[in-house]
Amino acid sequence: MLNTLEPHPGGWERLATTFVWSAAALVTATFCWLLGDIIWHGLSHISWAFLTTPPRNAGREGGIGPILVSTLLILGVCLGVAVPLGVGTAVLLAEFTTDTSLFGRLTRRSLDVLSGVPSIVFGLFGNAFFCKTLGLGFSILSGGLTLACMVLPILIRSTEEGFRTVPTGYRLSAAALGLSRTTTLLYLLLPAAVPGLLVGLVLGVGRAIAETAALIFTSGYVDRMPQSLLDSGRALSVHIFDLSMNVSGGDSHAYASALVLIFALLAINGATSWLTKHWLSRRIVTV
Amino acid sequence: MYMNICRVLCRPKKYALLVALVMITVFTDVPASAEDQRTASNQLNGKLVVTGSSTVAPLIAEMGKQFESLHSNVRIDVQTGGSSRGIADARQGLADIGMVSRAMKDDERDLQAFPVAHDGVCIILHRENPVQALADEQIVAIYTGKVTNWKTAGGTDAPITVVNKADGRSTLEVFLQYFKLRASDVKAHVVIGDNEQGVKTVAGNRTAIGYVSIGTAEYDATHGAPIKLLPIGEVPASSESVRKGVFPLSRPLHLVTKTSPSGLAKSFIEYAQSKAVHDLIRQQYFVPLAD
Amino acid sequence: MTSSDNNILSRWPTDRLLLWLLRGTAAIAGSIVLLIVLFLVLDALPALQHIGIARFFTDPSWHPAEHFYNLTPMLWGTLFATIGAVLVATPLGILSAVFCQYYAPPALGRLYRKLIELLAGIPSVVYGFWGLVVLVPLIGAIHPPGPSLLAGIVILTIMILPTIALMADASLASIPPQYLRGAAALGLPRWATIRGVVFPAAKSGLFTGVILGTGRAIGETMAILMVCGNVVQAPQGLFDPVRTLTANIALEMAYALGNHRAALFVSGLFLMGMIAALVGAADRISREKIYA
Repeated sequence: MLNTLEPHPGGWERLATTFVWSAAALVTATFCWLLGDIIWHGLSHISWAFLTTPPRNAGREGGIGPILVSTLLILGVCLGVAVPLGVGTAVLLAEFTTDTSLFGRLTRRSLDVLSGVPSIVFGLFGNAFFCKTLGLGFSILSGGLTLACMVLPILIRSTEEGFRTVPTGYRLSAAALGLSRTTTLLYLLLPAAVPGLLVGLVLGVGRAIAETAALIFTSGYVDRMPQSLLDSGRALSVHIFDLSMNVSGGDSHAYASALVLIFALLAINGATSWLTKHWLSRRIVTV
Repeated sequence: MYMNICRVLCRPKKYALLVALVMITVFTDVPASAEDQRTASNQLNGKLVVTGSSTVAPLIAEMGKQFESLHSNVRIDVQTGGSSRGIADARQGLADIGMVSRAMKDDERDLQAFPVAHDGVCIILHRENPVQALADEQIVAIYTGKVTNWKTAGGTDAPITVVNKADGRSTLEVFLQYFKLRASDVKAHVVIGDNEQGVKTVAGNRTAIGYVSIGTAEYDATHGAPIKLLPIGEVPASSESVRKGVFPLSRPLHLVTKTSPSGLAKSFIEYAQSKAVHDLIRQQYFVPLAD
Repeated sequence: MTSSDNNILSRWPTDRLLLWLLRGTAAIAGSIVLLIVLFLVLDALPALQHIGIARFFTDPSWHPAEHFYNLTPMLWGTLFATIGAVLVATPLGILSAVFCQYYAPPALGRLYRKLIELLAGIPSVVYGFWGLVVLVPLIGAIHPPGPSLLAGIVILTIMILPTIALMADASLASIPPQYLRGAAALGLPRWATIRGVVFPAAKSGLFTGVILGTGRAIGETMAILMVCGNVVQAPQGLFDPVRTLTANIALEMAYALGNHRAALFVSGLFLMGMIAALVGAADRISREKIYA
């Protein structure tokens, strides 16, 4: 919207413009370098067979079929648990507690602490709690639940920010009309807060799909096609880690797997925002 | 906006559930627990859980796949997490078999250990480093910080970058034991974890010296990584020397069990020690047991 | 925003149900961190009993095999790497968001946002891998040995940038358009509007992004392990190798037994302590400045 403005000829303005553009250029350049490196080394190995066949010879040959399935299942479990929990908590924090209330502040701060817990600690914790205490063993379920714990803070904090930005007028008008708070929430606030939720989803999915250390100890290393959620299944990032650090001669397939992971992420992000927008357009016409 | 609210209210309640919990309900066929299936019988069936060293895991996973193809009712699940995890899980019964990438220690005599392969540890330099060989004393002097420039060790005038392994790693223990060093004697500039990290660190630094698993170094050196393997004493660093038993720095790769293995675990360990897997072991760049 | 229990409008039964449902989810979400701390304490207990807290600060060095357990160099490592990364990533991230919203043509802005979203999902091992084969030799050519605090800061910066940038972008996007129209009507130039109107209105979102980014920087493991050199020492400069607490856990956990293992869990506890202190400080600041 500010694009319509003519930049003021003042020195500060010109300096700021230079800074903003060079920051963007710097980030883009770094990214292109990184992505170019991955594409350069990985693209030639990607084929339909690579995507569908199981790995052979510790991943040096063959494909990533079962690993792709396991990754999507782990992600599904993670989001299936984290989204309802996260949105619920965000609603409570943003709409039903005041900024100064003790419960709200404690929950918020504990989530901030959770966001800084190192992934390897999540892994050891998930192993002790989900695999052993709850008896789920090395399984896709354990891995997904561990990841859910991990992405919760991101999901909650960004959804909460989404709610924060909804103008108070909405709530007041809804109250004036005598709407129940449930209705206000479902029909007014939730749709208005979707951009925040979307950012949380993008960041959360990104973190979940990229996670290595937490998954080695929970969803495990088995590269067979999973039969149920209680089977152990190797995630793509674990596969990449193993190939690049542990299997000599695995580099080229590690690059190819990384490229597949990036494509998968692109597809998931696209699908998420399309679904959300589709859902939004059915619920409410304008905000 | 008020119009909006009214429209929303007038609308029939169509709840389109967005939550993707469907995934959980789709996969509901819970398999019978491994315990039930692990009944001893002549026909091998059931599930074997093997956990431990990340170095050994790819090898055992490949052995497991081959074993599964011979016995259709058997499943071998291999998990990683390090040698200490292999020991702990085997002890607590969380795993049927543990994997350990080092010699067994005195306080681990309660476990049954079965060697399945060997792995050597060798010194590597960048390929463009003119130094061709280092005496044991020179290596000790470099690693303890007494020699800090390649000029004093027969090379060009450049500071030496010492690459060491993290405390507790078994390649470190093999290295320290042979050169009679203590962990605190080593003055390192870079500390690394896995072998591939070591190779890449040395490949990216012309003045570095490091030590890694021979199989890894051999593979990377023949596939274009700019590194070279130094002989120890007069013995060239190669899988061949390790196989002949003349290379001084080597470690055994073990499978361990809590009690004397029986049934499926017994036949898998026997298979892992048999000649049938020697090709597999070479494929993963380790050294098979002597004939 | 508005308080709940004594709200006279909450006379609907569904509202009460909803509130309890939400309280349930929040209680679960909030208690995860307690579970993790409990689990860490249980595993760290042997070390705390046999070694004692003081020795983690006063021992001559970190050599668990020889029963020396000084963690302070790694505390410094974590602290320097995190502070460095946050100092670089915060301006870059916020300027990226400003670029998306106010400077770039809409199509370019969308493209740039997609790019940052992708950056958020690249596995840390890929960053580490790239750092190891590209960045570290580059730094090594300038000032050997190469694996260094600087390499760690660069990698961490790239990793936390998407968190800060996307959070900032979302909060900039949700600024009421009246504010901007008002500024435009006053004839304020672009940067003056951003500095004087946009930033104050979006500060809560910007702040949350920085906090989440800092958390991620402190907790990052695999990438930092591959580029930092991992020598246990308090760094004297940017080119010195360092080891962070997380790298310490990841490097040594695989082979650690007994007291060594317990000591690694103590470093996990230290890490949680650091994060809690940081969050506490941020809470203070935010109560005084952000939400005031």
